[in-house]
Amino acid sequence: MSTKADQKIPELDFDTPALKRHRKVRAFKDRSASVGIAIGGSSVILAVLLICFYLMYEVAPLFSGASIEQKDSYAVPAAESGKSLYLTSEEQAEVGFRVAENGDMVYFKVADGSVIENVKNPLGQPTAFAVESDTSRMIAFAYADGRVLVAQQVYKTTYPEGERVITPSIEYPYGTEGIQAADFAPRHLSIRDNEDRMTLAVVGDQQAQVVRLSKDVNFITEEVELTEDSADIPFVDGTHSLLISGDQRYLYVANAAGAMSEFDIRDIDDVQLKEQIDLIDGDAQLVSMRYLLGQSSVMVADSAGRVSQWFNVRDDNNVEHLTYIRDVKHPTGLVDMAMEHRRKGFATLDDRGVVSIFNATSSRQVIDERISDGSATMISFAPRANGLLLEDGKGLHFFEVDNEHPEVSWSSIWGKVWYEGYQEPTYTWQSSAANNDFEPKYSLMPLAFGTLKAAFYAMLMAVPLAICGAIYTAYFMAPGLRRKVKPVIELMEALPTVILGFLAGLFFAPFLEENLAAAFSILVVLPLGILLFAFIWSRLPQSVRFMVPDGWQPMLLIPVVVLLGWGCVAMSPVIELSFFDGNIRGFITNDLGITFDQRNALVVGFAMGFAVIPTIFSITEDAIFSVPKALTQGSLALGATYWQTMTRVVLPTASPGIFSAIMIGMGRAVGETMIVLMATGNTPIMDFNIFEGMRTLAANLAVEVPESEVGSSHYRILFLAAFVLFAFTFVVNTIAESVRQHLRKKYGSL
Amino acid sequence: MSNELKIKNQTVSQWVKSGDPWVWLNAGAVAICVIMVIGLLALIAVRGLGHFWPADINQGTYSLPGSTPYTLVAERVESAEVPAAQLREAGIDVADHHDLMMRSLMKTGNRDVYGSDFRWVIDEYFTDITQPEMLFAAERHEWGNLYGYLKAVKEDGKVVAQTEDLTPTDSALATWAAFERSIERATTIYDDIHDVEKDEIGAINHKLERLRLEQRRLELNNELTPAKLADIDAQRAEQDALYEALQQRLIDLYAEINRDTFVVQVMDGSVHELQVAKVVRAYRPNAMGIAEKLGFYGSKVVEFLTAEPREANTEGGVFPAIFGTVMMVLLMTILVTPFGVVAAVYLREYASQGFVTRTIRIAVNNLAGVPSIVYGVFGLGFFVYFLGSGIDQAFFPEALPSPTFGTGGLMWASITLALLTVPVVIVATEEGLSRIPRNVREGSLALGATKAETLWRVVLPMASPAIMTGVILAVARAAGEVAPLMLVGVVKLAPSLPLDGNYPFIHLDQKFMHLGFHIYDVGFQSPNVEAARPLVYATALLLVIVIALLNLAAVTIRNHLREKYKSLEM
Repeated sequence: MSTKADQKIPELDFDTPALKRHRKVRAFKDRSASVGIAIGGSSVILAVLLICFYLMYEVAPLFSGASIEQKDSYAVPAAESGKSLYLTSEEQAEVGFRVAENGDMVYFKVADGSVIENVKNPLGQPTAFAVESDTSRMIAFAYADGRVLVAQQVYKTTYPEGERVITPSIEYPYGTEGIQAADFAPRHLSIRDNEDRMTLAVVGDQQAQVVRLSKDVNFITEEVELTEDSADIPFVDGTHSLLISGDQRYLYVANAAGAMSEFDIRDIDDVQLKEQIDLIDGDAQLVSMRYLLGQSSVMVADSAGRVSQWFNVRDDNNVEHLTYIRDVKHPTGLVDMAMEHRRKGFATLDDRGVVSIFNATSSRQVIDERISDGSATMISFAPRANGLLLEDGKGLHFFEVDNEHPEVSWSSIWGKVWYEGYQEPTYTWQSSAANNDFEPKYSLMPLAFGTLKAAFYAMLMAVPLAICGAIYTAYFMAPGLRRKVKPVIELMEALPTVILGFLAGLFFAPFLEENLAAAFSILVVLPLGILLFAFIWSRLPQSVRFMVPDGWQPMLLIPVVVLLGWGCVAMSPVIELSFFDGNIRGFITNDLGITFDQRNALVVGFAMGFAVIPTIFSITEDAIFSVPKALTQGSLALGATYWQTMTRVVLPTASPGIFSAIMIGMGRAVGETMIVLMATGNTPIMDFNIFEGMRTLAANLAVEVPESEVGSSHYRILFLAAFVLFAFTFVVNTIAESVRQHLRKKYGSL
Repeated sequence: MSNELKIKNQTVSQWVKSGDPWVWLNAGAVAICVIMVIGLLALIAVRGLGHFWPADINQGTYSLPGSTPYTLVAERVESAEVPAAQLREAGIDVADHHDLMMRSLMKTGNRDVYGSDFRWVIDEYFTDITQPEMLFAAERHEWGNLYGYLKAVKEDGKVVAQTEDLTPTDSALATWAAFERSIERATTIYDDIHDVEKDEIGAINHKLERLRLEQRRLELNNELTPAKLADIDAQRAEQDALYEALQQRLIDLYAEINRDTFVVQVMDGSVHELQVAKVVRAYRPNAMGIAEKLGFYGSKVVEFLTAEPREANTEGGVFPAIFGTVMMVLLMTILVTPFGVVAAVYLREYASQGFVTRTIRIAVNNLAGVPSIVYGVFGLGFFVYFLGSGIDQAFFPEALPSPTFGTGGLMWASITLALLTVPVVIVATEEGLSRIPRNVREGSLALGATKAETLWRVVLPMASPAIMTGVILAVARAAGEVAPLMLVGVVKLAPSLPLDGNYPFIHLDQKFMHLGFHIYDVGFQSPNVEAARPLVYATALLLVIVIALLNLAAVTIRNHLREKYKSLEM
């Protein structure tokens, strides 16, 4: 056969057209497979790595600065009425509004400065002017005869032929005749209005007065009836600024030197001087004193270039004191200050024409740009903080502002921040609230703390059990038993964590609450019981001991552990009765003074420990099992006991594996979501108490991400939280891996 | 075993020194771990399976000191011993000689009458307990279970059977039989109504919606000619006519189903007249023998597996959740297997082995340890908000502003989970590839095979057990994962399955239900947690079984493949 074939070979033609074609096809297939696999493979790997970059891409805008860009410039509209007392615009920043020195109210187009309507002041030349707030669009004028006129900007939006048309007008909610607020000519005016009452403060050349209009709805006619009360208040020499607090409880009167008197005007018949505070350091002069959004923080700008923030802080006796919180400094004196309408942000204008935009909460400066010159007098934000109006010697200028995330800074995320209404700087996570002027509190510290707390308690439970179990399984256990036990414990890994979380929250938490005594007695009873049993076992006659071969001890111990556990639970009410008057929970809360939540760190530690055990167990078990037999046999041959061999030879050799097992277990505990979500109350607190819950980064993501607005600061902070989780686990796993590699090399010589 | 004699004479200190106590403690740790796993599974199994058993209904007198005694008719749910001090603190006047008392949670049902389903009862004061045969339990479409005595059955307001007896007399049994007949009739009509509402009207609504989108699309593209509009209107009129007919049929069916009523006397003696149509099934557990109970148990299990949920998911079945879970896992497997394998093949066979490959390998390895919620956040941000809204703009502008793919759905959930599990497949496949001996490859190449042919005919078949292992692990992980799904498309109650008879049959954009999320939602977000709890145990058991089955199936496939390619492994 073979000779026949040999003879045939020379006749074989490998270059027939068909074979050539076939070879070409094969070569083409091979090349395209290479290209395809290369493209496919690298794109899968890229897609996986994309996670990291996408998270960063979403986070990056948080820390990028803001920008300001000039859009339009024109002469001051209706310049003949005088310079502006007040400048603002409506929601879309299409229609601007300014109040001129002679009291005229001018609506103009923001784009080109053309006057839409110039509303003459119905009562003539005012002597004082005040703004209720930018958001309420309410302003007030005072006149020489002591009257005060309240005016309101009204914008009506219509869509004739699909185009948006904004029609501005002025309304006078308290009548066009004004309110007789004083019998002198006011020089300074302040107004505060809400649904229940309106308060006016007027200061003349020698006198000062507070007027309050209480609003009562008549039950029959449903009309609002006004009752007017007024009171004289002490005159402050050189009064410069007036401010009535948002709750109309306090009146702040500051003079030019920054000495401020705080009056308690809650009871209009009993106005009292509450406190006197020096708002300004040195001999600088007060420039402006205004409220930040929410009317709780007073911002004070001075001629030395400093802006300080003050708000009421309750002391231990529950008395409010206006307290200095923080400040920002400029190199030169300030001219004007503008507040954002929706956020706790403000802008300053200094005497060189430099505009700086800040956020109060994060004390972050996002813009510092010279956009005008020394002649600039006034700035104002558009309501959405996406535009800025500036008035200077040359006219009016409109700037576009791009300032998306001023409320976030490195220090506000990881540092303590003194939030409005808090007694002291705190780490707080509170991302949303019902009201609009809410100050978002984006400190990731409580979440990071909660994450580590949960992981800590989980590791406390998992590490001893998993490692001891692994030591026994790998080294002492009979091979037959090992083959059965290993899959059982590794079965835990396949158990969905949602089931563990559900059991922890709905079964274990109430069970633990009722059997607290059992939980702690088990900690003592179980090891002692096992030791006692072991000792008794060693005293038993050989005939009994030989019935159970070496390496089957766990089977003996299973009934022991079950009995001991059952005993502890059964004894729990008795222990509770005899040591804690039948109420261990009450004992913890009342006698120890520790807060007790039903879903607490103990429950989480137990459930998450359960979830982490298989991870640590299998890696540790592998590490110990793969220690070369020559090492242990050598040790045993030298006369060491099994246990000595274990601790002196096996464990050191396997320690890198054990270390990386713990690290990987830790990584899993840190990222676990469902167990924490279901087994804790999810309150973001910073307390290491084992009887209180926590909120972890992962659980917080699960709760808040679906509800956060795409592209908002909150959304990006949550992405930052995800990135932190990602980076943490990634780093931990990498360390685990590299330590294992390194130590493996080191012990390789053994 | 000659040293046994020495051990026998050990003193305590010698015994400690030998290290035996430590070994025993380690053995204890193993025992504890094993007990925890088995205990946990047993807990889920017992509670989950117990849910379907028809429990006896107890009737007795509950006379709590300091309050008027009343008759209590209820199922016992659970009992626990509590210190009497706690009860005293709660304001219950317990006699002084008691230290510990048994307290039981009783299910009284009749939420529409009493306001709540459950009450705690101290066993000491619950006396004269009997299990009357004529007491019946009725599962209803709303308001939970009903417990009481049947008094009469009416048709169109006319009494067809009635009884005054609370014992199984002839009249009582006859009334019961009439009641059962009436329920059977109502159930049949109910199924008809369900078919009409869900399937037929659902299909019409689906067609109408597609017509609306079609019109909108033509409008957007400025292609809406009068002819096309007339065509669409004609189709719409056709569907509307069908709808009208079905509507009329529904009205008739509703008139039919509401014909019968029954009269029931509940535990406080009050008598109520209810519609038979509201009853899902009625049974008298106290009169049932073991065989009957087993039959009932079986029918309940079948209902749980095949029916849709009732009463805010706290009753009925979990079929949509099973379907959603399996469908999502299948889609994920279809996605993850080829991509994971291609990536591993590229890394191991094609990429030049150097620092970059090593780094990528470590990175991919570590990605398997990144928390799943991070993948969820990524999926929501990148797939749903970024890609999804892009797809909507490009391909489904007619549906805007309501999103098609710009919101969580089956497709995004599967892709997110595929991304989550792809490192597992890559790592396992790579390991398999690296174990294939060099000479096998070289042999193939030496015979003239190209690299691609070697890969396809030799390497991949030999690596297939490893690939399967990776896929198994991926499936096991994906099936139990809930956290990322909460962000990318799982809902508590999906109106329809993602696979149905309406074009395009697989609705990848639809939100779906998932067993794991069902557990979370019913267990923690349900208004009536106590009533929902047994169902959650049952669902948990089911999820464990589903995951075990998925694993088992994959293991079988792996072993089969291993067997097949055994000859290759020299």
